[in-house]
Amino acid sequence: MVEYTPTEMMTVSAARALKNDDVCFVGIGMPSAACNLARLTHAPDITLIYESGTIGTKPDVLPLSIGDGELCETAVNTVAVPEMFRYWLQGGKISVGFLGAAQLDKYGNINTTVIGDYDNPKVRLPGGGGAPEIATSCGEVFLVMKQSKRGFVEKIDFVTSLGHGKGGNDRASYGVDTKGPSRLITDLCIMEPHPEGKQFVVTSIHPGVTREEIIENTGWDVEFADEVAETAIPSEKELQVLRELHARTAKAHGDQQ
Amino acid sequence: MVARFMSLKEAVASCVKDGDTISMEGFTHLIPHAAGHEIIRQGIKNLTLVRMTPDVIYDQLIGAGCAKKLIFSWGGNPGVGSLHRLRDAYEKSWPTKLEIEEHSHAAMANAYDAGAAGLPCAVFKGYRGAELPRVNPNIKFIECPFTGESLAAVPAIRPDVTVVHAQKANKKGDVLFEGIVGVQKEAVLAAKKSIITVEEIVDDFGDISPNAVMLPNWAVTAIVEVPGGAHPSYAQGYYKRDNAFYKAWDPIARDRETFQAWLEEHVINGGPEDFAAKREANKG
Repeated sequence: MVEYTPTEMMTVSAARALKNDDVCFVGIGMPSAACNLARLTHAPDITLIYESGTIGTKPDVLPLSIGDGELCETAVNTVAVPEMFRYWLQGGKISVGFLGAAQLDKYGNINTTVIGDYDNPKVRLPGGGGAPEIATSCGEVFLVMKQSKRGFVEKIDFVTSLGHGKGGNDRASYGVDTKGPSRLITDLCIMEPHPEGKQFVVTSIHPGVTREEIIENTGWDVEFADEVAETAIPSEKELQVLRELHARTAKAHGDQQ
Repeated sequence: MVARFMSLKEAVASCVKDGDTISMEGFTHLIPHAAGHEIIRQGIKNLTLVRMTPDVIYDQLIGAGCAKKLIFSWGGNPGVGSLHRLRDAYEKSWPTKLEIEEHSHAAMANAYDAGAAGLPCAVFKGYRGAELPRVNPNIKFIECPFTGESLAAVPAIRPDVTVVHAQKANKKGDVLFEGIVGVQKEAVLAAKKSIITVEEIVDDFGDISPNAVMLPNWAVTAIVEVPGGAHPSYAQGYYKRDNAFYKAWDPIARDRETFQAWLEEHVINGGPEDFAAKREANKG
Protein backbone atom coordinates (compact mmCIF):
# COMPACT_ATOMS: atom_id res chain seq x y z
CA MET A 1 0.00 0.00 0.00
CA VAL A 2 1.42 3.35 -1.06
CA GLU A 3 1.36 5.98 1.71
CA TYR A 4 0.98 9.66 0.96
CA THR A 5 -0.22 12.90 2.54
CA PRO A 6 -3.31 14.91 1.46
CA THR A 7 -0.96 17.64 0.20
CA GLU A 8 0.90 15.12 -1.96
CA MET A 9 -2.44 13.88 -3.31
CA MET A 10 -3.34 17.47 -4.19
CA THR A 11 -0.03 18.24 -5.90
CA VAL A 12 -0.11 15.01 -7.90
CA SER A 13 -3.73 15.63 -9.00
CA ALA A 14 -2.85 19.18 -9.98
CA ALA A 15 0.15 17.99 -11.99
CA ARG A 16 -1.99 15.48 -13.87
CA ALA A 17 -4.23 18.31 -15.11
CA LEU A 18 -1.38 19.56 -17.31
CA LYS A 19 -0.63 18.25 -20.80
CA ASN A 20 2.70 17.79 -22.53
CA ASP A 21 1.90 20.51 -25.10
CA ASP A 22 0.66 23.11 -22.61
CA VAL A 23 2.22 26.54 -22.27
CA CYS A 24 1.69 27.29 -18.62
CA PHE A 25 2.03 30.51 -16.63
CA VAL A 26 3.12 29.33 -13.20
CA GLY A 27 2.09 30.97 -9.92
CA ILE A 28 4.45 30.68 -6.98
CA GLY A 29 3.93 28.13 -4.18
CA MET A 30 1.62 25.17 -4.71
CA PRO A 31 1.24 25.70 -8.50
CA SER A 32 5.02 25.73 -8.93
CA ALA A 33 5.39 22.30 -7.30
CA ALA A 34 2.55 20.86 -9.40
CA CYS A 35 3.83 22.29 -12.69
CA ASN A 36 7.35 21.00 -12.16
CA LEU A 37 6.07 17.60 -11.08
CA ALA A 38 4.16 17.42 -14.38
CA ARG A 39 7.33 18.34 -16.26
CA LEU A 40 9.35 15.69 -14.44
CA THR A 41 6.76 12.93 -15.04
CA HIS A 42 4.19 12.80 -17.85
CA ALA A 43 4.76 16.20 -19.51
CA PRO A 44 8.50 16.54 -20.22
CA ASP A 45 7.98 19.02 -23.08
CA ILE A 46 5.62 21.38 -21.25
CA THR A 47 6.58 25.06 -21.46
CA LEU A 48 6.66 26.61 -18.00
CA ILE A 49 6.66 30.40 -17.82
CA TYR A 50 7.26 32.49 -14.69
CA GLU A 51 6.34 36.16 -14.58
CA SER A 52 9.97 37.17 -14.06
CA GLY A 53 10.31 36.65 -17.83
CA THR A 54 11.68 33.12 -17.98
CA ILE A 55 10.19 31.07 -20.82
CA GLY A 56 10.53 27.29 -21.02
CA THR A 57 12.29 26.97 -17.70
CA LYS A 58 13.35 23.60 -16.24
CA PRO A 59 14.45 24.25 -12.66
CA ASP A 60 16.12 21.40 -10.77
CA VAL A 61 14.81 22.82 -7.48
CA LEU A 62 11.64 24.81 -6.81
CA PRO A 63 12.25 28.56 -6.69
CA LEU A 64 11.64 30.43 -3.42
CA SER A 65 10.79 33.51 -5.47
CA ILE A 66 9.50 33.78 -9.03
CA GLY A 67 12.83 35.28 -10.10
CA ASP A 68 15.37 32.82 -8.70
CA GLY A 69 18.51 32.40 -10.85
CA GLU A 70 17.72 28.74 -11.40
CA LEU A 71 14.72 29.75 -13.54
CA CYS A 72 16.78 31.91 -15.90
CA GLU A 73 19.74 29.53 -16.15
CA THR A 74 17.48 26.64 -17.26
CA ALA A 75 15.13 28.63 -19.53
CA VAL A 76 14.93 28.61 -23.32
CA ASN A 77 15.00 32.41 -23.12
CA THR A 78 14.41 35.23 -20.68
CA VAL A 79 12.56 38.37 -21.68
CA ALA A 80 11.96 41.71 -19.95
CA VAL A 81 8.91 41.90 -17.70
CA PRO A 82 6.95 44.37 -19.91
CA GLU A 83 7.44 42.00 -22.87
CA MET A 84 6.28 39.07 -20.73
CA PHE A 85 3.01 40.77 -19.80
CA ARG A 86 2.38 42.50 -23.14
CA TYR A 87 3.36 40.05 -25.87
CA TRP A 88 3.25 36.66 -24.21
CA LEU A 89 0.41 36.97 -21.70
CA GLN A 90 -1.82 39.75 -23.11
CA GLY A 91 -1.01 38.55 -26.63
CA GLY A 92 -2.77 35.28 -25.90
CA LYS A 93 0.20 32.93 -26.25
CA ILE A 94 -0.36 31.04 -22.99
CA SER A 95 -2.75 28.10 -22.74
CA VAL A 96 -3.01 27.61 -18.96
CA GLY A 97 -2.57 29.85 -15.94
CA PHE A 98 -1.98 27.94 -12.71
CA LEU A 99 -2.90 29.93 -9.62
CA GLY A 100 -3.35 29.61 -5.88
CA ALA A 101 -5.43 31.88 -3.65
CA ALA A 102 -6.03 33.00 -0.07
CA GLN A 103 -9.81 33.10 -0.56
CA LEU A 104 -11.93 31.62 -3.29
CA ASP A 105 -15.65 31.53 -4.04
CA LYS A 106 -17.71 28.92 -5.87
CA TYR A 107 -17.27 30.74 -9.18
CA GLY A 108 -13.48 30.68 -8.93
CA ASN A 109 -13.10 34.39 -8.21
CA ILE A 110 -9.86 34.88 -6.28
CA ASN A 111 -8.81 37.10 -3.40
CA THR A 112 -5.11 37.61 -2.67
CA THR A 113 -5.42 41.26 -1.58
CA VAL A 114 -7.05 41.70 1.86
CA ILE A 115 -9.10 39.86 4.45
CA GLY A 116 -11.68 42.34 5.70
CA ASP A 117 -12.20 45.86 4.40
CA TYR A 118 -9.69 47.20 1.86
CA ASP A 119 -8.95 50.39 3.81
CA ASN A 120 -8.98 48.76 7.27
CA PRO A 121 -8.03 45.15 6.61
CA LYS A 122 -7.93 42.39 9.21
CA VAL A 123 -5.09 40.87 7.21
CA ARG A 124 -3.21 42.63 4.47
CA LEU A 125 -2.12 40.03 1.89
CA PRO A 126 0.66 40.61 -0.71
CA GLY A 127 -1.74 41.67 -3.48
CA GLY A 128 -2.50 40.60 -7.01
CA GLY A 129 0.92 40.59 -8.65
CA GLY A 130 0.41 39.00 -12.05
CA ALA A 131 -2.84 37.23 -11.18
CA PRO A 132 -5.53 39.73 -12.35
CA GLU A 133 -4.30 39.49 -15.95
CA ILE A 134 -3.19 35.84 -15.78
CA ALA A 135 -6.79 35.03 -14.79
CA THR A 136 -8.25 36.77 -17.84
CA SER A 137 -5.57 36.34 -20.55
CA CYS A 138 -4.63 32.65 -20.30
CA GLY A 139 -6.69 30.18 -22.32
CA GLU A 140 -7.94 28.56 -19.13
CA VAL A 141 -7.11 28.64 -15.43
CA PHE A 142 -6.38 25.82 -13.03
CA LEU A 143 -6.64 26.54 -9.32
CA VAL A 144 -4.92 24.61 -6.57
CA MET A 145 -5.65 25.26 -2.91
CA LYS A 146 -6.05 23.42 0.39
CA GLN A 147 -9.69 23.21 1.30
CA SER A 148 -10.98 24.99 4.43
CA LYS A 149 -14.07 26.95 5.49
CA ARG A 150 -11.91 30.06 5.89
CA GLY A 151 -10.52 29.83 2.37
CA PHE A 152 -13.54 28.49 0.47
CA VAL A 153 -16.14 31.14 1.19
CA GLU A 154 -19.61 32.17 -0.03
CA LYS A 155 -18.39 35.73 -0.68
CA ILE A 156 -14.75 36.74 -0.97
CA ASP A 157 -13.69 40.00 0.72
CA PHE A 158 -12.04 41.43 -2.40
CA VAL A 159 -12.09 40.34 -6.04
CA THR A 160 -8.40 40.44 -6.92
CA SER A 161 -8.82 38.28 -10.02
CA LEU A 162 -11.91 37.39 -12.02
CA GLY A 163 -13.15 33.83 -12.24
CA HIS A 164 -16.69 33.27 -13.51
CA GLY A 165 -17.89 36.46 -11.81
CA LYS A 166 -21.48 35.97 -10.69
CA GLY A 167 -21.80 32.77 -12.69
CA GLY A 168 -23.46 31.92 -16.00
CA ASN A 169 -22.13 34.20 -18.74
CA ASP A 170 -21.07 36.95 -16.33
CA ARG A 171 -17.37 36.52 -17.11
CA ALA A 172 -17.95 37.41 -20.77
CA SER A 173 -19.73 40.64 -19.76
CA TYR A 174 -16.34 42.08 -18.74
CA GLY A 175 -15.06 41.63 -22.28
CA VAL A 176 -13.17 38.48 -21.36
CA ASP A 177 -13.27 35.74 -23.99
CA THR A 178 -11.05 33.13 -22.30
CA LYS A 179 -12.42 30.06 -20.56
CA GLY A 180 -11.57 30.98 -16.96
CA PRO A 181 -11.24 28.53 -14.07
CA SER A 182 -11.86 25.07 -15.50
CA ARG A 183 -10.53 22.97 -12.65
CA LEU A 184 -10.05 23.38 -8.92
CA ILE A 185 -7.79 20.84 -7.26
CA THR A 186 -7.81 20.60 -3.46
CA ASP A 187 -6.43 18.22 -0.87
CA LEU A 188 -9.88 16.55 -0.72
CA CYS A 189 -11.27 16.53 -4.24
CA ILE A 190 -11.40 17.95 -7.75
CA MET A 191 -14.12 20.40 -8.75
CA GLU A 192 -15.11 21.62 -12.20
CA PRO A 193 -17.50 24.41 -13.17
CA HIS A 194 -21.10 23.50 -13.99
CA PRO A 195 -21.49 23.80 -17.80
CA GLU A 196 -24.20 26.50 -17.51
CA GLY A 197 -24.20 27.97 -14.00
CA LYS A 198 -20.36 27.87 -13.75
CA GLN A 199 -20.44 27.14 -10.02
CA PHE A 200 -17.91 24.52 -8.95
CA VAL A 201 -19.21 20.95 -8.80
CA VAL A 202 -17.28 18.09 -7.21
CA THR A 203 -16.37 15.65 -9.98
CA SER A 204 -13.74 13.49 -8.30
CA ILE A 205 -13.06 12.66 -4.65
CA HIS A 206 -9.65 11.63 -3.40
CA PRO A 207 -9.48 8.09 -1.93
CA GLY A 208 -10.48 7.88 1.74
CA VAL A 209 -12.19 11.30 1.75
CA THR A 210 -15.91 11.47 2.60
CA ARG A 211 -18.54 13.82 1.17
CA GLU A 212 -19.08 15.10 4.72
CA GLU A 213 -15.44 16.17 4.99
CA ILE A 214 -15.74 18.15 1.78
CA ILE A 215 -18.95 19.80 2.99
CA GLU A 216 -17.44 20.61 6.40
CA ASN A 217 -14.45 22.29 4.78
CA THR A 218 -16.39 24.43 2.30
CA GLY A 219 -18.14 27.72 3.03
CA TRP A 220 -20.69 27.35 0.22
CA ASP A 221 -23.29 24.66 -0.40
CA VAL A 222 -21.30 21.91 -2.08
CA GLU A 223 -22.71 20.37 -5.25
CA PHE A 224 -21.70 16.89 -6.33
CA ALA A 225 -21.84 15.69 -9.94
CA ASP A 226 -24.29 12.90 -10.79
CA GLU A 227 -21.35 10.62 -11.27
CA VAL A 228 -18.45 11.35 -8.97
CA ALA A 229 -15.19 9.59 -9.75
CA GLU A 230 -12.57 8.45 -7.27
CA THR A 231 -9.21 10.14 -7.92
CA ALA A 232 -6.47 7.64 -8.75
CA ILE A 233 -3.95 7.42 -5.92
CA PRO A 234 -0.46 8.79 -6.55
CA SER A 235 1.81 6.29 -8.25
CA GLU A 236 5.12 5.34 -6.69
CA LYS A 237 6.88 7.19 -9.51
CA GLU A 238 4.88 10.39 -8.94
CA LEU A 239 5.58 10.31 -5.20
CA GLN A 240 9.25 9.55 -5.65
CA VAL A 241 9.76 12.42 -8.12
CA LEU A 242 7.79 14.85 -5.93
CA ARG A 243 9.66 13.93 -2.75
CA GLU A 244 13.03 14.15 -4.46
CA LEU A 245 12.07 17.58 -5.82
CA HIS A 246 11.12 18.80 -2.33
CA ALA A 247 14.29 17.31 -0.81
CA ARG A 248 16.51 19.04 -3.40
CA THR A 249 14.62 22.28 -2.81
CA ALA A 250 15.00 22.15 0.98
CA LYS A 251 18.70 21.47 0.64
CA ALA A 252 19.22 24.29 -1.86
CA HIS A 253 17.34 26.89 0.21
CA GLY A 254 18.61 25.90 3.62
CA ASP A 255 22.30 25.25 3.20
CA GLN A 256 23.51 28.79 2.62
CA GLN A 257 23.37 30.01 6.19
CA MET B 1 25.76 64.58 -20.27
CA VAL B 2 27.47 61.24 -19.93
CA ALA B 3 27.41 59.08 -16.83
CA ARG B 4 29.77 60.04 -14.03
CA PHE B 5 31.54 57.54 -11.82
CA MET B 6 30.94 58.42 -8.19
CA SER B 7 31.04 57.05 -4.70
CA LEU B 8 27.68 55.75 -3.48
CA LYS B 9 27.51 58.54 -0.94
CA GLU B 10 28.07 61.17 -3.60
CA ALA B 11 25.64 59.56 -6.06
CA VAL B 12 22.75 59.46 -3.56
CA ALA B 13 23.52 62.93 -2.19
CA SER B 14 23.58 64.49 -5.67
CA CYS B 15 20.56 62.65 -7.16
CA VAL B 16 18.00 61.92 -4.40
CA LYS B 17 16.12 64.67 -2.53
CA ASP B 18 13.47 64.68 0.19
CA GLY B 19 10.03 64.25 -1.36
CA ASP B 20 11.26 62.62 -4.59
CA THR B 21 9.52 59.80 -6.39
CA ILE B 22 12.07 57.05 -6.66
CA SER B 23 11.98 53.66 -8.27
CA MET B 24 14.33 50.92 -7.14
CA GLU B 25 13.73 47.95 -9.39
CA GLY B 26 14.96 44.40 -9.88
CA PHE B 27 12.64 41.41 -10.22
CA THR B 28 14.11 39.18 -7.45
CA HIS B 29 17.41 39.61 -9.33
CA LEU B 30 19.78 42.63 -9.13
CA ILE B 31 17.95 44.51 -6.37
CA PRO B 32 19.99 47.57 -5.36
CA HIS B 33 20.26 46.91 -1.61
CA ALA B 34 23.51 48.80 -1.01
CA ALA B 35 22.00 51.95 -2.56
CA GLY B 36 18.86 51.51 -0.42
CA HIS B 37 21.03 51.46 2.69
CA GLU B 38 22.77 54.65 1.59
CA ILE B 39 19.40 56.40 1.21
CA ILE B 40 18.56 55.34 4.78
CA ARG B 41 21.95 56.52 6.08
CA GLN B 42 21.48 59.94 4.48
CA GLY B 43 18.13 60.26 6.26
CA ILE B 44 16.16 61.11 3.13
CA LYS B 45 12.45 61.45 3.90
CA ASN B 46 8.98 61.70 2.37
CA LEU B 47 9.86 59.55 -0.61
CA THR B 48 7.25 58.08 -2.90
CA LEU B 49 8.66 54.60 -3.44
CA VAL B 50 7.74 52.83 -6.66
CA ARG B 51 8.46 49.14 -7.15
CA MET B 52 6.54 46.19 -8.62
CA THR B 53 7.59 43.81 -5.86
CA PRO B 54 8.45 45.71 -2.69
CA ASP B 55 10.27 43.09 -0.67
CA VAL B 56 13.02 43.30 1.93
CA ILE B 57 14.64 46.45 0.48
CA TYR B 58 11.46 48.51 0.76
CA ASP B 59 10.61 46.95 4.13
CA GLN B 60 13.92 48.43 5.32
CA LEU B 61 13.34 51.88 3.76
CA ILE B 62 9.78 52.02 5.10
CA GLY B 63 10.80 50.84 8.58
CA ALA B 64 13.56 53.45 8.61
CA GLY B 65 10.99 56.18 7.96
CA CYS B 66 12.07 57.21 4.46
CA ALA B 67 8.71 56.76 2.73
CA LYS B 68 5.38 58.57 2.67
CA LYS B 69 3.82 56.58 -0.16
CA LEU B 70 4.27 53.21 -1.82
CA ILE B 71 3.19 52.39 -5.38
CA PHE B 72 3.36 48.63 -5.91
CA SER B 73 1.78 45.49 -7.34
CA TRP B 74 2.90 42.69 -4.99
CA GLY B 75 4.17 43.35 -1.50
CA GLY B 76 5.67 40.43 0.33
CA ASN B 77 8.77 38.46 1.20
CA PRO B 78 8.57 35.86 -1.60
CA GLY B 79 8.07 32.32 -0.34
CA VAL B 80 8.38 33.54 3.27
CA GLY B 81 5.45 35.78 4.22
CA SER B 82 4.44 39.34 5.03
CA LEU B 83 6.57 42.46 5.10
CA HIS B 84 6.19 43.37 8.76
CA ARG B 85 7.62 46.90 8.50
CA LEU B 86 5.34 47.70 5.56
CA ARG B 87 2.32 46.41 7.47
CA ASP B 88 3.30 48.28 10.65
CA ALA B 89 3.59 51.53 8.69
CA TYR B 90 0.36 51.02 6.75
CA GLU B 91 -1.74 49.66 9.62
CA LYS B 92 -0.25 51.53 12.62
CA SER B 93 1.58 54.50 11.03
CA TRP B 94 4.94 53.44 12.54
CA PRO B 95 7.37 55.11 12.21
CA THR B 96 5.27 57.34 9.93
CA LYS B 97 2.03 57.08 8.02
CA LEU B 98 2.31 55.23 4.72
CA GLU B 99 -0.11 55.80 1.86
CA ILE B 100 -0.43 53.02 -0.72
CA GLU B 101 -1.35 52.93 -4.39
CA GLU B 102 -1.88 49.39 -5.57
CA HIS B 103 -1.76 47.98 -9.09
CA SER B 104 -1.27 44.67 -10.88
CA HIS B 105 2.08 43.63 -12.37
CA ALA B 106 0.75 44.08 -15.90
CA ALA B 107 -0.29 47.65 -15.06
CA MET B 108 3.09 48.60 -13.60
CA ALA B 109 5.09 46.93 -16.36
CA ASN B 110 2.99 48.83 -18.91
CA ALA B 111 3.32 52.06 -16.89
CA TYR B 112 7.13 51.84 -16.91
CA ASP B 113 7.06 51.09 -20.62
CA ALA B 114 4.85 54.16 -21.16
CA GLY B 115 7.20 56.28 -19.05
CA ALA B 116 10.19 55.19 -21.10
CA ALA B 117 8.21 55.80 -24.31
CA GLY B 118 7.29 59.35 -23.33
CA LEU B 119 3.58 58.61 -23.15
CA PRO B 120 1.31 60.12 -20.49
CA CYS B 121 -0.41 56.81 -19.78
CA ALA B 122 -0.34 53.12 -20.49
CA VAL B 123 -3.23 51.33 -22.20
CA PHE B 124 -3.70 47.58 -21.86
CA LYS B 125 -6.19 44.75 -21.52
CA GLY B 126 -6.27 44.58 -17.77
CA TYR B 127 -8.25 44.68 -14.54
CA ARG B 128 -11.24 43.09 -16.24
CA GLY B 129 -13.71 42.10 -13.54
CA ALA B 130 -11.15 42.96 -10.86
CA GLU B 131 -11.86 45.18 -7.86
CA LEU B 132 -8.71 47.32 -7.69
CA PRO B 133 -10.25 49.99 -9.98
CA ARG B 134 -12.84 50.59 -7.19
CA VAL B 135 -10.15 51.53 -4.65
CA ASN B 136 -7.45 53.06 -6.87
CA PRO B 137 -8.56 56.24 -8.72
CA ASN B 138 -5.45 55.97 -10.91
CA ILE B 139 -7.02 53.04 -12.75
CA LYS B 140 -9.46 54.11 -15.43
CA PHE B 141 -11.04 52.60 -18.51
CA ILE B 142 -11.02 54.11 -21.96
CA GLU B 143 -12.63 53.13 -25.23
CA CYS B 144 -10.51 52.10 -28.18
CA PRO B 145 -11.26 54.77 -30.85
CA PHE B 146 -11.13 52.13 -33.59
CA THR B 147 -12.91 49.08 -32.16
CA GLY B 148 -14.83 50.46 -29.18
CA GLU B 149 -13.19 47.88 -26.92
CA SER B 150 -12.87 48.91 -23.27
CA LEU B 151 -9.22 49.09 -22.17
CA ALA B 152 -7.56 49.81 -18.84
CA ALA B 153 -5.40 52.92 -18.50
CA VAL B 154 -2.95 53.90 -15.77
CA PRO B 155 -0.61 56.92 -15.56
CA ALA B 156 2.92 56.43 -16.89
CA ILE B 157 5.57 55.98 -14.19
CA ARG B 158 8.01 58.92 -14.36
CA PRO B 159 10.36 58.68 -11.37
CA ASP B 160 12.59 61.57 -10.34
CA VAL B 161 15.29 58.97 -9.82
CA THR B 162 15.58 55.29 -10.74
CA VAL B 163 18.11 53.21 -8.84
CA VAL B 164 19.12 49.78 -10.18
CA HIS B 165 21.99 47.32 -9.95
CA ALA B 166 23.75 45.72 -12.94
CA GLN B 167 26.58 43.27 -13.51
CA LYS B 168 29.01 45.53 -15.33
CA ALA B 169 29.88 48.96 -16.57
CA ASN B 170 32.76 49.61 -18.93
CA LYS B 171 35.27 52.43 -18.55
CA LYS B 172 33.12 54.70 -20.71
CA GLY B 173 30.12 54.16 -18.42
CA ASP B 174 27.97 51.94 -20.64
CA VAL B 175 26.03 49.41 -18.56
CA LEU B 176 25.38 45.70 -19.12
CA PHE B 177 22.49 43.76 -17.53
CA GLU B 178 22.20 39.99 -17.94
CA GLY B 179 19.75 37.31 -16.78
CA ILE B 180 16.34 38.30 -15.42
CA VAL B 181 16.31 41.92 -16.55
CA GLY B 182 12.90 42.82 -15.12
CA VAL B 183 11.85 46.39 -15.83
CA GLN B 184 15.24 47.97 -15.17
CA LYS B 185 15.85 49.38 -18.63
CA GLU B 186 12.34 50.85 -18.80
CA ALA B 187 12.63 52.28 -15.27
CA VAL B 188 15.94 54.01 -16.08
CA LEU B 189 14.68 55.44 -19.37
CA ALA B 190 11.46 56.63 -17.68
CA ALA B 191 13.33 58.57 -14.97
CA LYS B 192 14.83 62.07 -14.91
CA LYS B 193 17.99 60.76 -13.21
CA SER B 194 19.44 57.35 -12.57
CA ILE B 195 21.95 55.70 -10.26
CA ILE B 196 23.34 52.34 -11.32
CA THR B 197 25.45 50.30 -8.95
CA VAL B 198 27.51 47.58 -10.64
CA GLU B 199 29.44 44.49 -9.58
CA GLU B 200 32.52 45.63 -11.47
CA ILE B 201 33.88 48.16 -13.91
CA VAL B 202 35.73 46.51 -16.79
CA ASP B 203 37.88 47.80 -19.65
CA ASP B 204 35.43 46.44 -22.18
CA PHE B 205 32.59 43.90 -22.21
CA GLY B 206 34.44 41.48 -24.48
CA ASP B 207 32.42 39.05 -26.53
CA ILE B 208 28.78 39.86 -25.81
CA SER B 209 25.72 39.57 -28.00
CA PRO B 210 24.82 42.76 -29.85
CA ASN B 211 21.38 42.32 -28.31
CA ALA B 212 22.58 42.14 -24.70
CA VAL B 213 20.68 44.61 -22.57
CA MET B 214 22.85 47.67 -22.35
CA LEU B 215 22.29 51.27 -21.46
CA PRO B 216 24.69 53.65 -23.22
CA ASN B 217 26.55 56.06 -20.93
CA TRP B 218 24.55 59.10 -22.07
CA ALA B 219 21.33 57.48 -20.79
CA VAL B 220 22.63 57.11 -17.21
CA THR B 221 23.41 59.75 -14.56
CA ALA B 222 25.68 58.07 -12.01
CA ILE B 223 27.59 54.79 -11.88
CA VAL B 224 28.94 53.32 -8.68
CA GLU B 225 31.02 50.18 -8.30
CA VAL B 226 29.63 48.19 -5.36
CA PRO B 227 30.70 44.53 -5.42
CA GLY B 228 27.92 42.46 -3.83
CA GLY B 229 25.63 45.53 -3.88
CA ALA B 230 22.51 43.47 -4.61
CA HIS B 231 22.85 41.15 -1.60
CA PRO B 232 20.65 39.40 -0.34
CA SER B 233 19.30 39.50 -3.91
CA TYR B 234 21.72 38.11 -6.46
CA ALA B 235 23.77 38.99 -9.51
CA GLN B 236 23.81 36.23 -12.08
CA GLY B 237 27.36 35.19 -12.82
CA TYR B 238 28.61 36.62 -9.50
CA TYR B 239 26.65 35.22 -6.54
CA LYS B 240 23.46 33.42 -5.66
CA ARG B 241 20.35 34.68 -3.94
CA ASP B 242 20.82 34.44 -0.18
CA ASN B 243 17.51 32.67 0.43
CA ALA B 244 18.54 32.01 4.04
CA PHE B 245 18.71 35.78 4.65
CA TYR B 246 15.20 36.29 3.22
CA LYS B 247 13.97 33.69 5.70
CA ALA B 248 16.01 35.24 8.54
CA TRP B 249 14.48 38.65 7.72
CA ASP B 250 11.05 37.55 8.91
CA PRO B 251 11.88 37.41 12.67
CA ILE B 252 14.18 40.46 12.41
CA ALA B 253 11.41 42.61 10.93
CA ARG B 254 8.61 41.19 13.07
CA ASP B 255 9.09 43.63 15.95
CA ARG B 256 10.28 47.20 16.07
CA GLU B 257 13.16 46.65 18.49
CA THR B 258 14.88 43.81 16.62
CA PHE B 259 14.44 45.74 13.40
CA GLN B 260 15.97 48.89 14.84
CA ALA B 261 18.90 46.97 16.29
CA TRP B 262 19.50 45.34 12.90
CA LEU B 263 19.24 48.70 11.13
CA GLU B 264 21.71 50.31 13.55
CA GLU B 265 24.27 47.54 13.21
CA HIS B 266 24.08 46.80 9.49
CA VAL B 267 22.96 50.08 7.89
CA ILE B 268 23.63 53.09 10.12
CA ASN B 269 27.04 51.74 11.18
CA GLY B 270 27.64 49.95 7.88
CA GLY B 271 28.73 50.99 4.42
CA PRO B 272 28.81 49.82 0.80
CA GLU B 273 32.18 48.13 1.40
CA ASP B 274 30.41 45.55 3.63
CA PHE B 275 28.72 43.99 0.59
CA ALA B 276 31.87 42.48 -0.95
CA ALA B 277 32.08 39.88 1.83
CA LYS B 278 28.43 38.95 1.20
CA ARG B 279 29.29 38.34 -2.43
CA GLU B 280 32.08 35.95 -1.44
CA ALA B 281 29.83 34.12 1.04
CA ASN B 282 27.15 33.50 -1.59
CA LYS B 283 29.26 32.31 -4.51
CA GLY B 284 28.85 28.66 -5.03
